Amino acid sequence: MKKKLQLILIGFLTGILNGLFGAGGGTLIVPFFVFILGIEDHKAHATAISIILPLTILSSIIYIKENLINLPLTLNIALGSTVGGYIGAKLLYKIPIKILRKIFGIIMIIAAVRIFIS
Amino acid sequence: MKNIIIGLLSGIISGMGIGGGTLLIPLLTIFQGIEQHVAQGANLLSFVPTAFIALIYHIKNKNIKTDIILYIIISGLIGSFIGSFISVLINSTLLKKMFAAFLLLMGIYELLSKEKK
Repeated sequence: MKKKLQLILIGFLTGILNGLFGAGGGTLIVPFFVFILGIEDHKAHATAISIILPLTILSSIIYIKENLINLPLTLNIALGSTVGGYIGAKLLYKIPIKILRKIFGIIMIIAAVRIFIS
Repeated sequence: MKNIIIGLLSGIISGMGIGGGTLLIPLLTIFQGIEQHVAQGANLLSFVPTAFIALIYHIKNKNIKTDIILYIIISGLIGSFIGSFISVLINSTLLKKMFAAFLLLMGIYELLSKEKK
């Protein structure tokens, strides 16, 4: 019962983030799988995608209905990110991810500060 | 062309299992002057084809823990519905600041995160 409640809660919070910010679902759910449920890394990522995809489709439908989609922009991004996703998956075991995470963390903090002061 | 490169960069990060959207959205709003909601929408919709391709691969390799996903997806869909509507109701400036707060928390988390032993 406790586990079911945990699953329902993590799903709900992931959904809220996905709809509210259009991003960030994986940032909650992957650590939950790895650290709380003890699922191996690659299975945690794969399972996260299988969950985030239906949530993203629903959020996308609402964004489309509200005219918040710029199709040419989205197509360009999709083209780049599909190719990038493939490159990223190939690089996964060739680059020290630990260092990359730290660099990425710093970039996120700088971007956040920049948005606040703009 | 700039947008394809931005997509490529965030796709690479995403493919490595670090949230691509958290990079894509600030790149679009800060450097391309795209409105916050539209940047979020672009991230959402562009994730769909990439995720489909990844999912086919993961289903083939039996990487998905199917025993736990049902509860998460059902509550997640309810959350997505509520989250999307809140997002639509909030004005762009406030949403941008809220996103920045989320970004700051995520950045701190990435800096402090430990690898699983």
